[in-house]
Amino acid sequence: MENQPVAATEDFKEDYWELRLYVAGQTAKSVAALANLRKYCEQHLLGRYRLEVIDLLVNPQLAEGDQILAIPTLVRKVPVPIRKIIGDLSNEERVLVGLDIRPAGSTTTR
Amino acid sequence: MHDNLRAAPRLATLPKAPSGIEGLDEITEGGLPLGRPTLICGSAGCGKTLMGVEFLVRGALEYNEPGVLMAFEETSEELAANVASLGFDLPALQAQKLLRVDHVHVDRSEIEETGEYDLEGLFIRLGYAIDSINAKRVVLDTIESLFSGFSNQAVLRSEIRRLFRWLKDKGVTTIITAERGDGSLTRQGLEEYVSDCVILLDNRVIDQITTRRLRIVKYRGSTHGTNEYPYLISEEGISVLPVTSLRLEHRVSDHIVSTGIPALDEMFGRRGFYQGSSILLTGTAGTAKTTLAAAFAQEVCRHGGRCLYFAFEESPHQLIRNMLSVSIDLEPHVQDGRLIIEASRPTLNGLERHLVTIHKLVHDFKPTAVVIDPISNLISVGNVNEVRSMLTRLIDFLKVNNITALFTSLISGSLQMDTTEEGVSSLVDTWISVRDLEGVGERNRGLSILKSRGMAHSNQVREFVITDKGVELLDVVVGPTGIITGASRLVRQLQEQEQELAARQELARKDRELARRRRVLEATIANLRTEFESVEEEFRQLNTEEHDRKTGQVKNHRKATRSSSPSDAAGPADQQPNS
Repeated sequence: MENQPVAATEDFKEDYWELRLYVAGQTAKSVAALANLRKYCEQHLLGRYRLEVIDLLVNPQLAEGDQILAIPTLVRKVPVPIRKIIGDLSNEERVLVGLDIRPAGSTTTR
Repeated sequence: MHDNLRAAPRLATLPKAPSGIEGLDEITEGGLPLGRPTLICGSAGCGKTLMGVEFLVRGALEYNEPGVLMAFEETSEELAANVASLGFDLPALQAQKLLRVDHVHVDRSEIEETGEYDLEGLFIRLGYAIDSINAKRVVLDTIESLFSGFSNQAVLRSEIRRLFRWLKDKGVTTIITAERGDGSLTRQGLEEYVSDCVILLDNRVIDQITTRRLRIVKYRGSTHGTNEYPYLISEEGISVLPVTSLRLEHRVSDHIVSTGIPALDEMFGRRGFYQGSSILLTGTAGTAKTTLAAAFAQEVCRHGGRCLYFAFEESPHQLIRNMLSVSIDLEPHVQDGRLIIEASRPTLNGLERHLVTIHKLVHDFKPTAVVIDPISNLISVGNVNEVRSMLTRLIDFLKVNNITALFTSLISGSLQMDTTEEGVSSLVDTWISVRDLEGVGERNRGLSILKSRGMAHSNQVREFVITDKGVELLDVVVGPTGIITGASRLVRQLQEQEQELAARQELARKDRELARRRRVLEATIANLRTEFESVEEEFRQLNTEEHDRKTGQVKNHRKATRSSSPSDAAGPADQQPNS
């Protein structure tokens, strides 16, 4: 990684995901969403993502910034445009489409 | 007003939060249900958002209750700009922590749904906003926007129900706005059932004139006005009419104001109108209604009062010029600020707008008298019922403020004398009728008082003329077929003059006759005296002769008896003619 940093970051900018998951306490839906998200990320975005979990019960003032209404909400901050996926993320295919992630198998063809 | 309602001895009254919106608190008998959700629904352009914002602003400014506005459709900046024209300074309120505006942006294209979710995020945001300024009032505008952002209807409906419950538990007085749906109050058919109070706003165009109306559809746990009430969005926010009390409990004045025409004053038992009473002046076209009204206005101003004159037919300059021709000079009063002539075409505004204009001017100018000339023109703006209800409110409003009100009304000749088109005759205290007395090829003006509450009044129909010195009432002339006017009056007067002349001549003739007789008498007396004198003279003559004869006899006798002494006899004889 260190030997070609410029090229790598440019590549990574295309392929780097900054994700934010908003939850409200440890509800079943929140826990399920987090577990599902971790699984997909490990599977398809290994090393190419940053996940931030925000508990609105702790930080309610953060809800306004990302226009959060539904819980749980997953926000893809990077790459732009911002996309939101709400629900417990149980449908893998829809999550991947929503986040614009190509499944791990297809990345190699590029 | 609110204090009165609160002070009323009632059992477990539903606590209410005064909205501060003019008139709404009267209809709802105190305000919106405290700590409960109220739905305001209506179609586009009804002022739902405005009503919500005004509720918050009034709450913050007048009742010291901070509020949260959760806007689903407009951003904070847009809202602030939209209501700035009404004098609501949202940024300042936000800086004072009396208001918090949270713009909720829902965009379906950004949102992918997968699996179960709820709207806890909305609750948290709202809860945070409420807690951060300790809000007592919340407005959600318009919550149904959520339905366009989320596809799972079942979740949304249950979440909105939960939201209403949650807001109740929070104890905040909430207004939820909603678009009106087809055949139901709201599009989703949900909010009206979970709200404790439902206010329906309606925007109606009748005969090309828009009227906004408000109706309270339901109000759990409270009585409320059930009618449709007109409301306006004016420069100072929403104003629901009636803006005055509909109860008849105003105080009355015992003060008398002159009609401006001395002879007309004489027709009233107390020589004028009561201050604060309402006067209706009806008449057919050209019966000098405006002149009488202007005379009244001038009289009010002349006695130090202030008069507000609404002219619906003439411009101020035209009115002043025309009235000057009959010696009613309004110009000085206009210049020293005692008289305001407010001229506009009735069709300029809807009825309610007129009413609000009048209210506003009365509030600013504080007149002692208001003239509306004529009310019959308002018919062109609304139907009879609307005009009547508007005038009722207007009359009440003016009475409560102890303002003498004079209305003129044009009645068509075909109508009955005792009805006006607006049907306001029963509302007014004094009713003066002017009409044409037509006959013998001419029209004349007659004036009569049909009613005058609280004082005796003349029952005569007085003819009046308008001269360049003003209005003059003429004395009543009663002929064999009723009262006599115009040329007949002149004929009658001429006849009377002739009769009088003839009577005078007759008298003079009799005087002369008497004088003649006196002269005859005196002549006769003189004649008799002359006769008497001649008789007397004759008698005296005879007497003298008799005396002389007697004296002669005595002489002769003495001569005969004393012939011896002639000297004696000569003495007396010489003296006698001298004695």
